[in-house]
Amino acid sequence: MKEHTETQRVTSNVPQQHPISMYLKVWLLLFVLSACSYMVDYFQFQGMLRWTLILAFMFLKAGLIIMVFMHLAWERMAVKFLLFLPPIAILIFIVLMSSEADYVFISRMVSFFNP
Amino acid sequence: MPNNQQQEQSQASKSSSWQSVKNDWGTDKQAFDMPWGKLMMWIFLLSDTFIFSIFLISYMNVRMSVTVPWPNPSEVFALTIAGHHIPLVLIAIMTFILITSSGTMAMAVNYAYQGNKKKAVYLMLTTALLGASFIGMQAFEWTKLIVEEGIRPWENPMGANQFGAAFFMITGFHGLHVSAGVIYLAMIAKRISQGKYDNKGYQIVEITGLYWHFVDLVWVFIFAFFYLW
Repeated sequence: MKEHTETQRVTSNVPQQHPISMYLKVWLLLFVLSACSYMVDYFQFQGMLRWTLILAFMFLKAGLIIMVFMHLAWERMAVKFLLFLPPIAILIFIVLMSSEADYVFISRMVSFFNP
Repeated sequence: MPNNQQQEQSQASKSSSWQSVKNDWGTDKQAFDMPWGKLMMWIFLLSDTFIFSIFLISYMNVRMSVTVPWPNPSEVFALTIAGHHIPLVLIAIMTFILITSSGTMAMAVNYAYQGNKKKAVYLMLTTALLGASFIGMQAFEWTKLIVEEGIRPWENPMGANQFGAAFFMITGFHGLHVSAGVIYLAMIAKRISQGKYDNKGYQIVEITGLYWHFVDLVWVFIFAFFYLW
């Protein structure tokens, strides 16, 4: 068993080696995306367009940080499952709580403003 | 050795269900092919994701159900610089600083794996300094909101009272993470320069980096949901 763990350790400690230029490119891209999401507010886009742009830039930035900076793109499938499956519970919670908030809002409108 | 393992596996599948549970958890297995410190950091970050999500969800719930107008963040966080009224400018600068610190951290990890200790330490210290300047700006923002605008966790002269509670809770918890990250980075940088990881390898830089990138990641979501909504 000792031998077995020894060989595993050799294969597991693969250091991440990427050219510095890759990090600089991602960094630049993150800058541009942040500037874009700031522009959404600066030009005061409203409604659906605003939300689409905000969420699109947000997910692009988050994806770049997780995949490239945190090196998740080079991790094994088991690790990706570990990190991406549990947050599904968060998505369900968001859906539940937004419908709950709608209900509370309607109740407040009915009871506060219709005596 | 492989023969032995196969035998163990066939034994485990035959045995009773409790026996199989014991075999699955008790035998010398490694599910995640990485150093334990890195795995523990990932699991900590996963749990932290849940904490920040709960804060942001409660903020969403409160903001959607409130009947009083919510203050416009674009106006609340505007600054007048050299006679120009620029909306949300301080938050934009904070965002760029945090992204820059993530970039320097990523390069520190890269240099550490190349064995370039000096560059890794300097880049980590740069990251810590950028993080410290982020906290400084946050302190400025909080002071402005508390002293000039009179916003408290329980009241808000500009509109919905819940604005203060959500704002101080979410940005405060994030600021706490940044502060802890600055201390963590400085500590690890010191230990690296003392040569404490020379024999162990520099995985520790990547683990520290995971934490720091996560702090940046959380800010991406706070920026989108709190400041841009």
